[in-house]
Amino acid sequence: MKFAVLVNEGPYQHQASDSAYQFVLASLNAGHEVMRVFFYHDGVNNGTRLTTPPQDDRNIQHRWSALAEEHKLDLVLCVAACQRRGIVDEDEMKRNSKDAHNIADGFRISGLGQLIEAGIVADRLITFGD
Amino acid sequence: MEEEYEGGEVKKFLYVNRRLPHGTAYAIESLETVLIGAAFDQDVSVLFIDDGVYQIKKDQSPESLEMKNFSKTFRALEMYDVEKLYVEQESLDARGLKADDLLVDVEVLPGSEIKSLIDQQDVILSF
Repeated sequence: MKFAVLVNEGPYQHQASDSAYQFVLASLNAGHEVMRVFFYHDGVNNGTRLTTPPQDDRNIQHRWSALAEEHKLDLVLCVAACQRRGIVDEDEMKRNSKDAHNIADGFRISGLGQLIEAGIVADRLITFGD
Repeated sequence: MEEEYEGGEVKKFLYVNRRLPHGTAYAIESLETVLIGAAFDQDVSVLFIDDGVYQIKKDQSPESLEMKNFSKTFRALEMYDVEKLYVEQESLDARGLKADDLLVDVEVLPGSEIKSLIDQQDVILSF
């Protein structure tokens, strides 16, 4: 099957990001395709590289970056949600006159159209939220 | 509106709004998704259920709390060819509301028919 995944909550506050990660991992190991993971609402907070979670706990953001690299996943952060919450790449930094960017490896910022397109193209869109 | 979708495939998209207009960001971000999604020429329906029915209630004045009043934008949906708006009867009843209290024309359906509506969809985005 060709899956698309939507993550609606930020890291640690809700289990959505953990559940989504485990689902994507299981899908890939079972031979399915995950054509995009789209992060919306507070889900965009999964895409900051500035987290320092405790050493004895899972590193949610790191896990996504590593999985994206290993499986060439398309991790997309919604631009409007990012602007509201301060997740910034270099383009957004220049466009909105910010003095820093904080996006993590393996993520890209793009529009809601990427979510709609994923719904059209995938066999199933699976949502993880609260 | 940004991208025009050239793909040609048409799926049935249902946006389910379950929450109050304010108190969380889900409602306004749901509406933004509907508006952007409109450019993709899909078969779109929007459902208001549970507290979601309050999103389209008349006479909101969130400005007094410095919150954006986006309720009027629901009236613009038909300009985006989003015309199939549904409300669950039981959600209205439980809140003492009637279709007359809503600021857009909707089709009010009993919960049993809402189930069929949901079953018919290809893609469901629930907020």
